[in-house]
Amino acid sequence: MAVFGSLAEKLQNTLGKLRGRGKLTEQDVKDALREVRLALLEADVNYKVVRDFTARVRERAVGQEVMTSLAPAHQVIKIVHEELTELMGGSQSKLEMASQAPTILMLVGLQGAGKTTSCAKLARLLQKQGHRPLLVAADVYRPAAIKQLQVLGEQLQIPVFSLGDQVSPVDIAKAAVEHSRRYGNDIILLDTAGRLHIDEELMGELKAIDEAVSPHQVLLVVDAMTGQDAVNVASSFNANLDIDGIILTKLDGDARGGAALSIKAVTGKPIKFAATGEKLDGLEAFHPDRMASRILGMGDVLTLIERAEAQIDEAKAREMADKLRTADFTFEDFLEQLDQVRNMGPLDQLLDMLPGVPGMKGLRGLQVDERQFGQIEAIIKSMTVEERLRPEIIDGSRKRRIANGSGTKVQDVNRLLKQFSQTRQMLRQLGALDKKTKRRKRARPFSLFH
Amino acid sequence: MGISGWLRRRGKKEEKDTAPLGTDALEKREEAPEKQAEAASQEGPDHQQESARGLFARLKEGLSRTRSSFVARVDTLLSSHKRIDEELFEELEEALIQADVGVDTTLQLVDQVRERIKAKGITDPEEVRPILRQTILDVLRANTGALELPAETPAVIMVVGVNGAGKTTTIAKLAHRFKSQGKRVILGAADTFRAAAIEQLEVWANRVGVEIIKHQPGADPAAVAYDTIQAGRARGCDVVIIDTAGRLQTKTNLMRELEKIGRVVEKELKGRAAEVLLVVDATTGQNALSQAKLFSEAVDVTGVVLTKLDGTAKGGIIVAIAAELGLPVKLIGIGEAYDDLRDFDPEGFVAALFDA
Repeated sequence: MAVFGSLAEKLQNTLGKLRGRGKLTEQDVKDALREVRLALLEADVNYKVVRDFTARVRERAVGQEVMTSLAPAHQVIKIVHEELTELMGGSQSKLEMASQAPTILMLVGLQGAGKTTSCAKLARLLQKQGHRPLLVAADVYRPAAIKQLQVLGEQLQIPVFSLGDQVSPVDIAKAAVEHSRRYGNDIILLDTAGRLHIDEELMGELKAIDEAVSPHQVLLVVDAMTGQDAVNVASSFNANLDIDGIILTKLDGDARGGAALSIKAVTGKPIKFAATGEKLDGLEAFHPDRMASRILGMGDVLTLIERAEAQIDEAKAREMADKLRTADFTFEDFLEQLDQVRNMGPLDQLLDMLPGVPGMKGLRGLQVDERQFGQIEAIIKSMTVEERLRPEIIDGSRKRRIANGSGTKVQDVNRLLKQFSQTRQMLRQLGALDKKTKRRKRARPFSLFH
Repeated sequence: MGISGWLRRRGKKEEKDTAPLGTDALEKREEAPEKQAEAASQEGPDHQQESARGLFARLKEGLSRTRSSFVARVDTLLSSHKRIDEELFEELEEALIQADVGVDTTLQLVDQVRERIKAKGITDPEEVRPILRQTILDVLRANTGALELPAETPAVIMVVGVNGAGKTTTIAKLAHRFKSQGKRVILGAADTFRAAAIEQLEVWANRVGVEIIKHQPGADPAAVAYDTIQAGRARGCDVVIIDTAGRLQTKTNLMRELEKIGRVVEKELKGRAAEVLLVVDATTGQNALSQAKLFSEAVDVTGVVLTKLDGTAKGGIIVAIAAELGLPVKLIGIGEAYDDLRDFDPEGFVAALFDA
């Protein structure tokens, strides 16, 4: 499902109502903001943050800036976008590296936030950037936590440093630094045990590690589904350890994003990474502006392109983007790209990044899950070349043949054909909208917003 | 770090077979003053019979954060108002939303409070407190149910939930509870996906002293579930507890895998599992509602286990779950010790929350 699905939907509906109006009265803006406020509260955004946020938007929206503009509704949306971006930290916050290797990163957080997995994902990301990370198993409490990190390290071909669970985390951290010097690892990732932010003893242990090896970055791992308590957790970790940034996990659930939207505002510490998915390459730099665009249904083409680039070479990426934009794609292309797309992540996640898509009603049910890929592949491969290029010629008898050939039912073939034509139609609409926007020279920068 | 620290202390004292502690930090933990619940639970099976006051005190302690933040807020706002007006209701809404009760449930609750106040002709803000207490209690009472196992053995319990909710720890606590009731328990390590999940459950099985059925990592979880039930029958076990991999409720393919596990269990039992427990982290906000909804669609969830309630100042989600889902909250986790996994009792919960 969409990132921040229900928040996005509500905000889009509310702000969508403003569209198409030539004039906005102060009352219109106030009414819309009341709904924005409720949507944010329902999304678990901290109460105070919501209050400040709506106050700021109201102040700007009711003032000169909007009322005198030609397209006031778009101005309001623009302001909401800017304020959302600001709320999440403004610009991207990068990981700071030590001037002299090794850089020590310490991951901390509550139980079950996803520290161990995030450690592995972050190591993978750094490895791809040419670093030589060392994973350090400093969670000596949770049963099999060390083993978990070792298994992940093995999968990634990244070394894991462990002294078993009989040695104090402080000593493990110290020894790991020594180890990294000897073996030339330039980044150390400390996986610490999960703990409640109110557990003073264990907080003391983290402080001891902090003092012993002075990590260059202390990263707090936060579950995106955390409710109103997210800010308490972040504040108390921050008070104890002076954290440098946040890794937001499980963002691919239908988390409403309260944590993401509140933490920066309350602690002043930026979200540096967002983790999604079960696969170990599911960790990306967090871009506040892009996230704001996604929340407002304005798409996130930049991330889409980056993901494409990471998977396919540039020429192919461009070709694909073109095809997607012009809707000029057939079952043949579909098949060809199935693999590439599969590597880029779930299709619904990709669609989510296309401008306007999250708001399109017909598309909301369109979910192609990974397991269906195999079936789809089989169905397409049972079509003749002509059928693949011109799906409209597929009649009842052809459908039966295709179903037989692919070991599926006629209903499955029908479903695929329907989904395909919907996708095509949607892409055609997007293409048209895209052209329209260009023709108008961005006079209405948010015309994709429904 | 879960309840392992406590367990280790316990293990060292009693059997000296679990991993001994070897670090400064850990030693310090060991020297820390023992909590009363720990003392209580050391007494073994008959700790259940321990005086109700002791358990109540422990519950209150576990909920102290929720209590202090929520009730204190309510008290302050009630005492700061001279009369009952809209402003008071708005602030009450604010306090409830901040406690993760959720917007919809909050509005419903406050509406009910408003009606009751009107019906009773109350004008003193101080009298709002018992009304609120009663309203919350009514909501919770309408949706509770104890963990009940059928007479027919083995009783099969499936444990499901999102990643990191606390499934494995909950299973350890449950296994311990049943074992201390004299029941024979077998665990099924059907989380074959996450790295070292099988080992984690195995460590618990050894500590608690129950049997475990496991396959290789990556094996079909449904097959593990099947084998566990088979083994449970063959060995004459009373309770079969099946661990499943954590999964986000929006991952269609993973939810389908869960459906399959459910189907296999159902087919093997020629009926439903005794319990399908959804484990929810209490710090989760309104997402818990979506979890409950989507997991219920995949498998017939019979109840919710709310974990880590002691760590959050925002226990309000428990009210939202009861009000909006009609799913009974059966167990709550309020601390690290084995018997800090409690049957959820609305009266006790509300009393611990509201009463000094």
